[in-house]
Amino acid sequence: MIIFNYLVFPGFLFAIIIGLLTVWYDRKITARVQWRVGPPWYQGFVDILKLFTKETLIPSTAKKTGFVLAPFVGFSTALLVAAMLGVAGLYPKMSFTGDIIVLWYLLMVPSIAIIFGSSASGNPISQVGSSREMKLFMSYELPFVIILFSIAAKAHTLSIGGIIEYQRVNGANLWSLSGIIGFIVALISTQAKLGLVPFDIPEAEGEIASGIILEYSGSLLAILKLMKALLLYTLPLFLITIFLGGMNLQGLGILWFIIEYLVIVFIISIIRNTNPRLRIDQAMNLFWAILTPLATLSGILSYVGL
Amino acid sequence: MKKKTVIPIGPYHPLLEEPEFFILYVDGETVVDMDVRIGYNHRAIEKIVESKTWDQDTFVVERICGICSTSHPFAYVQAVEDVAGIEAPPRAQYIRTIIAELERIHSHLLWVGLAGHFIGYNTVFMWAWKCRETILDISEKLTGNRNHYAMFKPGGVRRDFNDEQIEYALKRIEEVWKPNELITNAILDDPVMHARLKGVGVLSTEDAIAYSVVGPTARGSNLDWDVRRDHPYGAYDKVKWDVCVQPDGDVFSKAVVRLLENFESVKIIRQCLENLPDGPIDAELSEVPPGEGIGIHEAPRGEVFHYVRSDGSNMPYRHKVRAPTFMNLPSFKASCIGEEIADVALITASIDPCYCCTERVGVVDKSGNRSTLKEADLIKLSQEKTELIRKKLGK
Repeated sequence: MIIFNYLVFPGFLFAIIIGLLTVWYDRKITARVQWRVGPPWYQGFVDILKLFTKETLIPSTAKKTGFVLAPFVGFSTALLVAAMLGVAGLYPKMSFTGDIIVLWYLLMVPSIAIIFGSSASGNPISQVGSSREMKLFMSYELPFVIILFSIAAKAHTLSIGGIIEYQRVNGANLWSLSGIIGFIVALISTQAKLGLVPFDIPEAEGEIASGIILEYSGSLLAILKLMKALLLYTLPLFLITIFLGGMNLQGLGILWFIIEYLVIVFIISIIRNTNPRLRIDQAMNLFWAILTPLATLSGILSYVGL
Repeated sequence: MKKKTVIPIGPYHPLLEEPEFFILYVDGETVVDMDVRIGYNHRAIEKIVESKTWDQDTFVVERICGICSTSHPFAYVQAVEDVAGIEAPPRAQYIRTIIAELERIHSHLLWVGLAGHFIGYNTVFMWAWKCRETILDISEKLTGNRNHYAMFKPGGVRRDFNDEQIEYALKRIEEVWKPNELITNAILDDPVMHARLKGVGVLSTEDAIAYSVVGPTARGSNLDWDVRRDHPYGAYDKVKWDVCVQPDGDVFSKAVVRLLENFESVKIIRQCLENLPDGPIDAELSEVPPGEGIGIHEAPRGEVFHYVRSDGSNMPYRHKVRAPTFMNLPSFKASCIGEEIADVALITASIDPCYCCTERVGVVDKSGNRSTLKEADLIKLSQEKTELIRKKLGK
């Protein structure tokens, strides 16, 4: 049963399917905001299928091992996080102490893999993208981890299951002052983790021509796209887990979970369609000068019980 | 000296609509020096013009630029009329003005969309281009074409407007006002937009004069220059409108100038359509005497200048085109250096460059250690590569 849970539902297969459907949902919202029609629901799947049939080019300047390995590392960790979160949501008892730290580390790996892969590609524009990703990564991790640990401290546990249990008893973390501030900070960090406008600085099609993924093609690009799709599923799920009591699959809980999920993705999608891209120094400023103090404030508030 | 990283943008690059080659010397993310190389689009327009008749040339110069496809004919027909010493009848002048202003709106909206795309604001991109569609509809109704209107001829215009067309245009032109207001407000009031555009790529008034920039680039740098007002032609002195000038010289100012100019253009079109005089549309130019003539027009990107010389035959003896980008392009040196890579794309886009309009001559530098690959060399290289692949595949 547990193997089924990890491999099919709510693990690997489920995560990939929902991730690709979320990509469609996001693109459809984008299209409607921009007065366009938008793609059909299976667009995400056929895009990936098409990329798998394309030729994969590896630039002669690339360090081959790193270049090829990076997408797989990023993809597999994203997949693992998705499965862990799903299983923890189904059976809160099954999570172990400290898995929140494991999750936090695993959520960093896709960014690091991308930095690694784009540096290995040997393209100067990719390297600019890679250095930007690194700066961005250092900016958003700090407020994100402060929020994460203030919530862990509030629930007196270091396991995802414990946080979910705590919320089932005491109500969702979101419905308090510290929760609201924390949610906003975490949502903006999520936007940056996903690399969406206004934080698509490392990709910046108009400036450095998709920087970090510039040299990727064919199946390697497909793997990267799958990783992005998985993150688009995983990170909102993560937010739901730590702020809204996790995925509850009993009775009306399913409906509630779906609504929460769709609303969060909707907000992310709207933010990305109503903002221009920030410059890297402005983004760092935002995270360090504004969001980190806010995150700290949220931590203090939750400590005093607000 | 510190080793500088070179970032090549171009000649073929997803960022660029046309082939051109920017070389950025960067230190971290800061651009310390920059060079631009053009010449990938040379089409020998001036030479072609010399082998076609005066009438045919209007169509050739129309193809210099796909976006300002009225600006070049406008300047060209004025130059020919200058040689011939005739003037187009008033109705033709009004019709020319209407077409030129329609073109200005669609060109500015196109720029706003592209600028939005460059800073990752794709919603503005889509909205601006949707709004632009209205203008293209009007153009199609009035001239039969969405672009490359083929309305101009030396001495007048080719087609007249009827009442139904005028009514349609008057009705549709009002539809442009509201979306344009929406886009203008979205850009002027957005704090993130301010953060991205204000104080970026400043071209000071002194630099603007030194580089002799023209058009919105100059007007964004506090230079109150507009050919339409200063050397009136067409119907520009018969309608009421204002020249938009902004003081700061940054990308934001240039964007504001363009957005506000759209409103002025709508005003001009409205007045021209309402007061369209009756009469002929063609001055019946029969022959062009020997002599020289110049024509100027304020294209969406700035002043465009045409010079023609006639030897009395049915073709120009010499034709010279100076596109606005030719003047605006070198101002990169003043506005880009010291900025970050993230902004350079935007700054280069802020002059609304049009490289294929600009290219009048290609220079190949044979000194130094550069080598030029000729057709035969390329074929040889290609054959060698094919041989290699064939060997690899074992066939």
